[in-house]
Amino acid sequence: MKQPSVELRLPILPNMELIATQTAEVISRHMNLTDDQGAEISMALIEACINAFEHSKAENNVFINFLIEDDSLVIKVIDQGIGFDKTKVEIPKIENKIGKDERKRGWGLQLIQELMDSVEFESNGEGTTVTMKKNIKH
Amino acid sequence: MSDFITNVKENNSIVIIETNGYLNNVGGEAVSTLVYEKMAQGNTKFLINMAGTKIVNSIGVSILIEIIEKLQEVNGKIGYYNLAPIVAKTFNIMGLTKYSTVHETEEAAVNEL
Repeated sequence: MKQPSVELRLPILPNMELIATQTAEVISRHMNLTDDQGAEISMALIEACINAFEHSKAENNVFINFLIEDDSLVIKVIDQGIGFDKTKVEIPKIENKIGKDERKRGWGLQLIQELMDSVEFESNGEGTTVTMKKNIKH
Repeated sequence: MSDFITNVKENNSIVIIETNGYLNNVGGEAVSTLVYEKMAQGNTKFLINMAGTKIVNSIGVSILIEIIEKLQEVNGKIGYYNLAPIVAKTFNIMGLTKYSTVHETEEAAVNEL
């Protein structure tokens, strides 16, 4: 039997990421995830959406697919922006930001990787897909 | 006062800011505007009661890093209390806990800052 899934299409407008987190909360409860797991998923989703909204320079919608599997929740955040080269994204360190001219932002990928069990990026000139997975630990 | 900041008070010369809702760029800028106004008046110690803020994003938290940087210039301090677990975890991942402090309660925060 095909695994259940939920699909969202978000316009690029302020705070639309919160629609994604509300959906994630409902799915987390359905899957009996712990409060901490649900909060980590929501936080990672916020960062993936913000990246898609802000950094992709996408003019279209951002698509989010939630795939409910037996032992995990898989979330794909898909934009149709200009893409990015992950190898050129530096791991941020606060020591390099405090008291220096460096911009204070740029934490999204780091947070997603810390909060989810696995993260994969596929990106080219026609868009980016971030695939994030949270394993179920009951 | 913005919708994000619900109350501002002083306790033992520490400015205590209570927040409510999503700490995003708008919320972060509301806090930084207030802190910089208070710094101009001579205040150097700040606490944020985040009991009403269960959700944050990295842009809002990055503005807290800017505040920490400004406070370092005047030997000031900032701390936080009543953090939701995911907010505390986010602060830890981003390294804020190396340059500012997390407390359990207002009383502990005022004593420890």
